[in-house]
Amino acid sequence: MAIVYEKSKGLTDAELHYCPGCTHGIVHKLVAETLDEMGVLGNTIGVAPVGCSVFAYNYFNCDMHEAAHGRAPAVATGIKRVSEPGTIVFTYQGDGDLAAIGTAEIIHAAMRGEKFTTIFINNAIYGMTGGQMAPTTLVGQKATTAPYGRQQDHYGAPIRMAEIISTLEGCAYASRVCVTDIGNLNKAKKAIQKAFRMQQEGKGFTFVEVLACCPTNWGKTPAASVEWLKENMIPYYPLGVYKDIEEVK
Amino acid sequence: MAGKVTFRQDRCKGCELCALVCPKHIIVLDDTATNRKGYHPATIRPEDLDKCIGCGSCAKMCPDSIITVERT
Repeated sequence: MAIVYEKSKGLTDAELHYCPGCTHGIVHKLVAETLDEMGVLGNTIGVAPVGCSVFAYNYFNCDMHEAAHGRAPAVATGIKRVSEPGTIVFTYQGDGDLAAIGTAEIIHAAMRGEKFTTIFINNAIYGMTGGQMAPTTLVGQKATTAPYGRQQDHYGAPIRMAEIISTLEGCAYASRVCVTDIGNLNKAKKAIQKAFRMQQEGKGFTFVEVLACCPTNWGKTPAASVEWLKENMIPYYPLGVYKDIEEVK
Repeated sequence: MAGKVTFRQDRCKGCELCALVCPKHIIVLDDTATNRKGYHPATIRPEDLDKCIGCGSCAKMCPDSIITVERT
């Protein structure tokens, strides 16, 4: 019998601590598979964030570095600039890390065109700290700090990071994907593959935003979370490629 | 039998995302068993084993990478 799918060599054998139905694990797999298929696992340095995916350094089977909250792009900048040519560097960040406390770092890393890849997990809520409202929380969406739902006149409307990053000249590739079904999962993997390949070719900063489920803090079953994401998040956060310098030329 | 699915059941968290994407709808939670994490692990009933087409969708979707799929 031929193996159709087995656990990627890009992941360690450690058990993931994520809640049931959390899509962090799926995105971990896609990144790990991509690095393994590119044959760069031994030549990759990842930067883990603060948030639910803080233990990402235990899960990826490559060199990993932990950064202070939101500062992963700054740390990745330093690593990329001093490491040997050809080293692949990526940051893996959630929305609390990237779109709140670390907004300055990610914007300026993209502006400078730092040649690393950022995988941005947007689940529209602060997961690790207990479901507080994030900058990405949808208008009307309930959170522990917005028990009646986010009110736009008071808290503004959610921030769309892929669009913002795509406006910066230093950004070579910015797209938004989701992993709600096999079709979208395959598209997400293609986007991640493209981002890492463009980094390898030195094209510039590459950014992939992945819409993710947080069944625990959304108060839904994993299956209901997938449906909620499709019905509520995708209309506000449209999927697609926002910048691709290869397409323009 | 076209496909053979193996679950690493001690690591299953019972999220059922595998069942959600199975085109043959043959993956269920085994409510007669509880793993060390306290979840009913995913399984395929013996009578449904031959319905598996070995597409690998469940394994691709599993957040904890506990599924291995083989195909003849």
